[in-house]
Amino acid sequence: MTEKKKTTIVLFSGDYDKAMAAYIIANGAAAYDHEVTIFHTFWGLNALRKNEHVPVKKGFMEKMFGKMMPRGADKMGLSKMNFAGFGPKMIKDIMKKHNAMPLPQLIEMAQEQDVKLVACTMTMDLLGLKQEELLESIEYAGVAAYLGDAEEGNVNLFI
Amino acid sequence: MKIVKVLDAKGLACPMPIVKTKKAINEIDSGEVLEIHTTDKGAKNDLAAWAKSGGHELLKHEEVDNILKFWIKKG
Repeated sequence: MTEKKKTTIVLFSGDYDKAMAAYIIANGAAAYDHEVTIFHTFWGLNALRKNEHVPVKKGFMEKMFGKMMPRGADKMGLSKMNFAGFGPKMIKDIMKKHNAMPLPQLIEMAQEQDVKLVACTMTMDLLGLKQEELLESIEYAGVAAYLGDAEEGNVNLFI
Repeated sequence: MKIVKVLDAKGLACPMPIVKTKKAINEIDSGEVLEIHTTDKGAKNDLAAWAKSGGHELLKHEEVDNILKFWIKKG
C-alpha cells in the first residue's frame, strides 16, 4: 500500500464515556492501518495517569488538583448520569455483560497497536501533573507537534 | 476458495472484531482467505467498509443461528 493515512484525535474531556469513544475510534483507525495520534490535553490527561500514587514534589495548588482529579482512566466519571460515582459502576457492569472493553484495556490495546499517545505539556503544568505520574512510553508535546500530525491527517476529532 | 485461517470473534463488541480481523489478516498472504465468525450486528457494515479501504475483497457473508460469517480475501 502507499503512504499511510492519518487519524488525529484531541482528547480534551476527562469523562469515562467520552474517552471510551475516543479510544474506540483510535483502535478502529489503527485497524484501518492509519497512523493514529491521540493528543491529551486538560482533563483528558487524566486518562494517562497511573492509578497508584506517585510521590513527586508539588506545590499546594498542584497537590489539590492532583487529589481532585481522577487518578487514571478507571476512576473517571461519566459525562451524563454520573450519580456521584454510582453511574460508572453501573455502566461497567453493563459493559461486562455486553463484552465491551473497559477503558483501561482500550488504552492498552491502543498502545499495542502503536497508537501514539501524546500528553500536552502546557496543560500538564497547569494541572500540576508530572511525567512520573503518567503512563510509560507516551510522548510529550505541544500544539505545533499536534498540528504537524493533524495537517496531514485524514480524520481529525476533538472529544 | 482457499481458507487458511478462521477467526473466532464471537461475543466480542466493537471495536474488537475489526481489531482482531486486522491482526489475523496480517498473518496471511495475499490471495488467501480469512474466515471470520462474529455476533456483533455492526460487523457487516464494519467489515465491508474495512475490507474496501484496505484493498481486500469481501467474498461473501452469511448468517446462521445469529452468528455472522464472513470470508475476506486478502488484497
